[in-house]
Amino acid sequence: MDVRLTSEQRQLRDAAAKLADELGPGSVLDLADSKRRTRLEDAVSGTGFRELRSDGASGVEVALVAQEFARGLVDVPFLGPVLADDLQGRLDGDTGLWTVADTGIAIDAAGCDRVLRLDGTELFAGPVGDAVAGADLTRLAAAAGGPWESRGDISDGHRDRWRALALTATCADLVGVARGAQRLAVEYAKVRAQYGNTIGSYQAVGHLLAESEALIEGSISVLWHAAWAVDELDPPEALRAARIAKIYTARAARTVCETAVQVHGGIGNTWECLAHVYLRRALVSTELFPVRLEEAGLGLS
Amino acid sequence: MDFRDSPEEAAFRERLRDWLGGVAGKYPTSGDEYWARQGEWHAELYRAGFFGLSWPKEYGGQELPPVYDVILDEELAIAGSPPRPSLGYLIQGLGHHASPELCRRFLPGMIDGSQRWCQGFSEPGAGSDLASLTTTATPDGDDYVIHGHKIWTSYSDVADWCLVLARTDPEAPRHKGISAFVLSMKQPGVEQRPLEMMSGVTTEFGQVLFDGARVPADQMVGAPGEGWKLAMTVVGHEREPSTLGYAARYGKLVRQLAARTEGVIPDDLAWAAVQAEMLRLHVRRRLSEQLDGVTHGPQGSLDKLLMTWVDQSVGHAALAVAGTGDQEMFGSYLYSRAQSVMGGTSQIQKNIIAARILGLGA
Repeated sequence: MDVRLTSEQRQLRDAAAKLADELGPGSVLDLADSKRRTRLEDAVSGTGFRELRSDGASGVEVALVAQEFARGLVDVPFLGPVLADDLQGRLDGDTGLWTVADTGIAIDAAGCDRVLRLDGTELFAGPVGDAVAGADLTRLAAAAGGPWESRGDISDGHRDRWRALALTATCADLVGVARGAQRLAVEYAKVRAQYGNTIGSYQAVGHLLAESEALIEGSISVLWHAAWAVDELDPPEALRAARIAKIYTARAARTVCETAVQVHGGIGNTWECLAHVYLRRALVSTELFPVRLEEAGLGLS
Repeated sequence: MDFRDSPEEAAFRERLRDWLGGVAGKYPTSGDEYWARQGEWHAELYRAGFFGLSWPKEYGGQELPPVYDVILDEELAIAGSPPRPSLGYLIQGLGHHASPELCRRFLPGMIDGSQRWCQGFSEPGAGSDLASLTTTATPDGDDYVIHGHKIWTSYSDVADWCLVLARTDPEAPRHKGISAFVLSMKQPGVEQRPLEMMSGVTTEFGQVLFDGARVPADQMVGAPGEGWKLAMTVVGHEREPSTLGYAARYGKLVRQLAARTEGVIPDDLAWAAVQAEMLRLHVRRRLSEQLDGVTHGPQGSLDKLLMTWVDQSVGHAALAVAGTGDQEMFGSYLYSRAQSVMGGTSQIQKNIIAARILGLGA
């Protein structure tokens, strides 16, 4: 066993991180900056990240990009398109942006033209409808009501692997969001002073952030396994790995984001503070391809 | 990235599994009986070639990558055998700080199990604040003479040797006046008193009273006043889940609890199962990092905190499923309460993470 990233994987992660740091929103105000978002969209569409699967990339590579994009609150579609790419690959001559539907909603659909949905193993394509109100300020949800045209069947194995990939990609998003929120809170705790000291120097605050850090470390370990399992284990095992990871990373991310809000004090509860943007994205990523706690018990006894 | 065994690892696992099949049920796995026979178990593991896997060949180890210790821990848990005696932190302490002569003299017996060891660090007045220890070592001819009171000393009732910290310079700043010694437990001036834990176990821990126990000066580990450095090496390694080797046991306990459950798995147990799996994978990631030569300093505190959460979560699951009437499961719950204290309290781990990893200083 050797659970390390390859140098190519590290390069991919670093490239995604650089892009997110340079063009992702650095403040709530930045979310409304359409020029920035256009530059971000151009950059992302130029990287080929959305076509990772049809380029032969593994679940680990998808997870690495998803994690860095969430950490940087990247607010152009990645999750939807990369999952659509896994389902149907690149279509000849098609220049549209595709996403996927989960429970009747086109996810991560900003600027997307078409949406794919699975019914059993049958794949359907349809138009992206009107935007649907949602909690996430960085990713758009839209209606996916058809009309649908059949795109034929995929294999049972492909369907299950796709599901494992979808779960894993949302886990990666959760880990990235947690890391971003933690960074924000730690930096704040180093500069915000009360009673003559930085608040981070008080154990009441330091211990909260230490707990968040441990949750993030555990999340990374469970995410890597799920991401590796997408392509390396049998589909039922890959799904089990993904479910475990989803439960752990979702609980961890919510706690880490709530802690980030708490550490910011009153300001943390305002619209202007980025902490809630992370929290919102974490909650929506938890709801995408959801896993119930009792599903962790499946196969135990 | 590969979470699977390599062919060599798989062959090792197979060999180990065969051997464990032959010793199944021979040794008790919990309670006083376990502690009483742990030395025999250690020696038997060693003789079969399954102990000291990652330690230097010079001292009886096999110099295998640390992932082999994980395979050992997993297979011991699966087979229902007692866990691997945890000596890694003492071996690291001596290995890093003792002279080659002392290493050659003491490490082989420590690794092969022919001599038993305990760790004389904590005192009634010096637990988390270890540097406040008051046990003294005073030079007298070629010896030092030790006076003091140690507590939470695992295996003190059976140990031949103790790696003891004592103050040799009362005038020096408190971290700099401490020295480390290898001291014989079988000599006048050493008194051992058992310490009964709340689970009823009486032989795991003891209190040790030193009243004029003599230790030859050449059994000092490192130079005078360098005991603190050794202590930091030891506690650093004590905090790695790879050293403690319990990750696989939590998974086993979770499966035992699940087997007793009918219908839907209770939330406490499901959450414990998720966390136990997380820790299993976390240990693999950490040990793989060591292949790059990464040594874990303060990161060990993250691992210790994670392990503590898992242990206590499994303990809560045991209560939820088996209640207080089942001796074994209730015992595992009670024992889990110690996890957030031993090897440094969770509060201390959080202090270390906050200050040394997150940089949240004063």
